[in-house]
Amino acid sequence: MNIVVCVKQVPDTWSEKKLAASDSTLDRAATDPVMNEMDEYAVEEALKLQEAHGGEVTILCMGPDAATETVRKALSMGADKAIHVIDDGLHGSDALATSLALAKAISKAGGFDLVLLGSESSDARMSVVPAMLAERLGLPQLTFAKEVTINTVDGATKISIKRLTDDGYQVVEASTPAVVSVVEKINEPRYPSFKGIMAAKKKPVETYGLADLGVDTGEVGTAGAWSKVESFEAAPPRQAGTVVTDEGEGADKLLEFLASKKFV
Amino acid sequence: MAEVLVLVDHTDGGVKKVTAELLTFARRLGEPAAVFVGSGFDTAKESLAQYGATKTYVADGDDLSSYLVAPAAEVLAKLVSDTTPAAVLLASGAEGKEIAGRLAVKTGSGVITDATDVTADGGTITAEQPIFGGSTVVRSTVTTGTPIITVRPNSVAAEPADGAADKVDVSIELSEAAKGARITDRVVEEKGERPELSEAAIVVSGGRGVGSGENFSVIEALADSLGAAVGASRAATDAGWYPHQHQVGQTGKTVSPQLYIAAGISGAIQHRAGMQTSKTIVAINKDPEAPIFELVDFGVVGDLHQVVPALTEKVKARKG
Repeated sequence: MNIVVCVKQVPDTWSEKKLAASDSTLDRAATDPVMNEMDEYAVEEALKLQEAHGGEVTILCMGPDAATETVRKALSMGADKAIHVIDDGLHGSDALATSLALAKAISKAGGFDLVLLGSESSDARMSVVPAMLAERLGLPQLTFAKEVTINTVDGATKISIKRLTDDGYQVVEASTPAVVSVVEKINEPRYPSFKGIMAAKKKPVETYGLADLGVDTGEVGTAGAWSKVESFEAAPPRQAGTVVTDEGEGADKLLEFLASKKFV
Repeated sequence: MAEVLVLVDHTDGGVKKVTAELLTFARRLGEPAAVFVGSGFDTAKESLAQYGATKTYVADGDDLSSYLVAPAAEVLAKLVSDTTPAAVLLASGAEGKEIAGRLAVKTGSGVITDATDVTADGGTITAEQPIFGGSTVVRSTVTTGTPIITVRPNSVAAEPADGAADKVDVSIELSEAAKGARITDRVVEEKGERPELSEAAIVVSGGRGVGSGENFSVIEALADSLGAAVGASRAATDAGWYPHQHQVGQTGKTVSPQLYIAAGISGAIQHRAGMQTSKTIVAINKDPEAPIFELVDFGVVGDLHQVVPALTEKVKARKG
């Protein structure tokens, strides 16, 4: 089972995120970059599937030079090799452009049974790239998986997931190849071992530019975006509220407040 | 006036509240036309008419509800091509956003998710979204194709309006690609009278301070006294105290109810990302330094195990 795992480098959740005034894109220089947390679960799931079913795990990351750190982290967890899609023309790409570049890279590399990724990135939080990838690749979409099961029936590989829903889960089945996105309760990602970190330095990382993917610069980046930020501003700060210390009458005061707002 | 397509969010014809909100927004932009995919239109028709749907495009058939996400995107893509609407509005849940994403690829259109306001000025449709957990507000337009916009529940008070909601049949032959992911089972893990988390007007959430799964009964009791949904912080779902689908925050649900009550939740940035845009915020926490108190309209520094049950009794007594 050959698996490609898409990983994204994002600002640390605890860093303050701002849009750059110049082009309304995320000011990444102002934040500490880390691997998107949900993608760590995807890497872990890929490694577990590899342990059970064999094959190779390839990391696919689109991002600037600095994203090399995220690629290395995924390799140090145990993935075999990586593809880094890197091109100045990609700066400011929206979800549509990102899914285009990823789909082209996946098709170019070829030979995958599964495309795995996290179900949301912590910076944009749109949760649309997995579905867009499935659409672009013409593959079944198995998204928001909290459990992944692989079965081989009569030589054909079937994949089944439990998809998290509002009131429980759905069981969704498909044949491979397929696109699978995972949620964070699916496993416990391993920490890279010292040996893993050392080995990662020698693992092959191939780089693709837009020209290698046959993607025109007008299709991606800020130039290729199909939506446009017209204006933005910091949300107005919340008005400081009332905080009381409970000395037996906390519930009464709370009730009074709720009544004053007509909630009770 | 051009049509604005609204994808109906429903379970077997039971229409979710967010659909009425989408129809309310759609009236500002053009002529609201509902799109109903799956079975149960007869049940749904009245509530669509009440909120001003002029007609309802209905795509019915077993295939449409047997496969994940892709069929609804194909139905909408066909309608976008046949009727050239001014915009397509969908609910900003996991499924609505995925349908929107596929539709955007299919129709070569820009997509905006998690909008909390949608306005039209001349021919230009602008969507407002809070980003970075609500710290920044962005106004965007779609510049290519048909604007595809997903709107968060509770973004507008639904306004009733007269509409016929008459059925217009849509016949569609699903592509093989749309039949790739088959739904073979739907498991409901809990069934109750509580409203759904993302749509609820009031949410009561518990966190680390609740202390155990059993103790969540005090959170549930307060929620029930207020007719609220129950939420949980990541600390509580990671500990297995409450099911994952109730998680509020980054990697969980984003809610913006009229009232959000956080009990035993410190208010880490992770959690705030999912509830910061709530209209009124109340917190109960033992630690006076907890960051949640920076957000509150009203806070109680105290033990939730005392304050929450006492409040529940008082709310019940008041409601008689």
